[in-house]
Amino acid sequence: MLHIVACIKQVPDTKIIKMNPKTNTMDRSSAPAILNPYDAHAVEEAVRIRDRYGGTVSVITMGPPPAVKAIKKCIEIGADEGYMISDRAFAGADTLATSYAITKAIEKISEIKPVDLIICGKMTIDGDTGQVGPGIARRLDIPPLTSVKKVVEVNKEEGYAIVQRKLEDGYEVIQSSLPCLFSVEKTINEVPYSSFPNMLKAALYHPTIWSVNDLNDIDRKQLGLKGSPTIVSKVWAPAKPEGGKILEGHPREQVGQILSVILEKKELFREDA
Amino acid sequence: MDFKDYRGVWVFIEEKEGEVASVSLELLGAGRILADKRGVELAGILIGENNKHLANTVYEYGADLVYVYDQPIFKNYRTESYMKALLACCEDHKPEIILFGATSTGKDLASAIATDLPTGLTADTTELDVEADTGLLLASRPAFGGNIMATILCKKYRPQMATVRPKVMKALTREIGRTGKLIEKHISLNETDIRTKVLEIVRETTKKVRIDEADIVVAGGKGLGSAEGFQLIHHLADVLGGVVGASRDVVEAGWIEHHHQVGQTGLTVTPKLYFAIGISGAIQHIVGMRNSGTIIAINIDPDAAIFQSCHYGIVGDAFEIVPLLIEEFKNALPRSGVSHV
Repeated sequence: MLHIVACIKQVPDTKIIKMNPKTNTMDRSSAPAILNPYDAHAVEEAVRIRDRYGGTVSVITMGPPPAVKAIKKCIEIGADEGYMISDRAFAGADTLATSYAITKAIEKISEIKPVDLIICGKMTIDGDTGQVGPGIARRLDIPPLTSVKKVVEVNKEEGYAIVQRKLEDGYEVIQSSLPCLFSVEKTINEVPYSSFPNMLKAALYHPTIWSVNDLNDIDRKQLGLKGSPTIVSKVWAPAKPEGGKILEGHPREQVGQILSVILEKKELFREDA
Repeated sequence: MDFKDYRGVWVFIEEKEGEVASVSLELLGAGRILADKRGVELAGILIGENNKHLANTVYEYGADLVYVYDQPIFKNYRTESYMKALLACCEDHKPEIILFGATSTGKDLASAIATDLPTGLTADTTELDVEADTGLLLASRPAFGGNIMATILCKKYRPQMATVRPKVMKALTREIGRTGKLIEKHISLNETDIRTKVLEIVRETTKKVRIDEADIVVAGGKGLGSAEGFQLIHHLADVLGGVVGASRDVVEAGWIEHHHQVGQTGLTVTPKLYFAIGISGAIQHIVGMRNSGTIIAINIDPDAAIFQSCHYGIVGDAFEIVPLLIEEFKNALPRSGVSHV
């Protein structure tokens, strides 16, 4: 039976986040915390693979205590177990330090039940990097398969998986030994509405929560801000381009001005082009 | 870690159908500026099979030297094999900066390498600079869903790495005959060391709309209200002979497919003419289109950020303005002499 671990994150909804135009800082309180949308697809894919081949889906997250809500959302999607690592020691982690902490947590989950497959979303909407998944795969020394758009087969007995991996101009079909890690595209599946039994299960569910002391052989220097090679030195609003001429007049006059701008660009409309 | 041992700017060269991928040429242009500022050499890293001839293109677009791994095991890109070659090359020659295209391959390889080195990696960079004296790479990118820009530094580790979006940097003009030093590399690697196999590569030749190659892009946003309202964008694009672009919201709402999306999580476009209609203008969108030739914005909200990033703006209702534009344009070109680029 397969044991699949999905890595998830609770993120601020960046579509709703507001900026303070005076201080140029973010008003984080303005944004509700949600399950990273890409991770919902990762969990859904894990659930589909489990339903097809049998097994267990565990989810793991790193975050402050309220991130339990994101785990509950995964239980609603159909995950069986949830784990969270939560500790001030993890705070301020960039992708390198995050992949280290999550890897340590996955190693601990593996002691409970060996892990065959790890699935991550393509990226998080607050970080936008897509680097944590491959980082975890490298640390566990398993093959990373990024941009997975379709899972063709997972064969635990024979010890391999076959996936379609998206490329700029098509896709490739890759076979990998198990265990391995997929990071999945959003198009891989549709996350259906939660079923009532799963909602009930989620409401009553308490994930396992570990602090840094619960993890084995942890090197604290590799955690949190200390273990993060990248730092944000400056946050700024981008330079505004020149121009910004707002056209005056009635709609028909405005349109006329636009038209002359366009028609001036004759090279766009050559018949022999 | 002694930073003095780390020297030179590297660009990982991607191959596309037997040629150097355009994103790699753009990165050579960006890398040349960084290398000159530091007074160091710019190197291209070529990994593949029968790929030595590509070195000439790499020199002609600005590199001083090229490291080549030319072995059958590198026939197709695979994370593990390419990673091992690049890690070995880093160990041998210790670059100060490595740039990768933010493509499926570039991002995959860069993420794997960064973990092993280990070092910092900045994703989807849209601006690059370097401090001439310290060599500190200033890699800037939209952050937090594109609401702001952030400059990311990697002060304590080397090399410093970044992936860079296609179409954001400018390639140098090709200097035919410009040449450089070829350094052939070899790594002893067996098929049994690699745990993945490429079973098949499928090129999708269906005529997908390429918004990143179009001369005219007409992009619509959530301001159009509905999938039906969004049809207006298609009409204008048809009349102008352009292609349809969209903001992230629109793609997420399912009004149009993802390959039409302009912006940080979509494509960067550089058309001669760009329409932003009903698009509010989050930075995430702006970074994807700001290098367009002429940008025309139409939005009902006079405070929309898009008006700060356009050349011409109309504050008005798209459902009033766009039909007028379609009508006027049809009149101006009655014979439909519009080329469909």
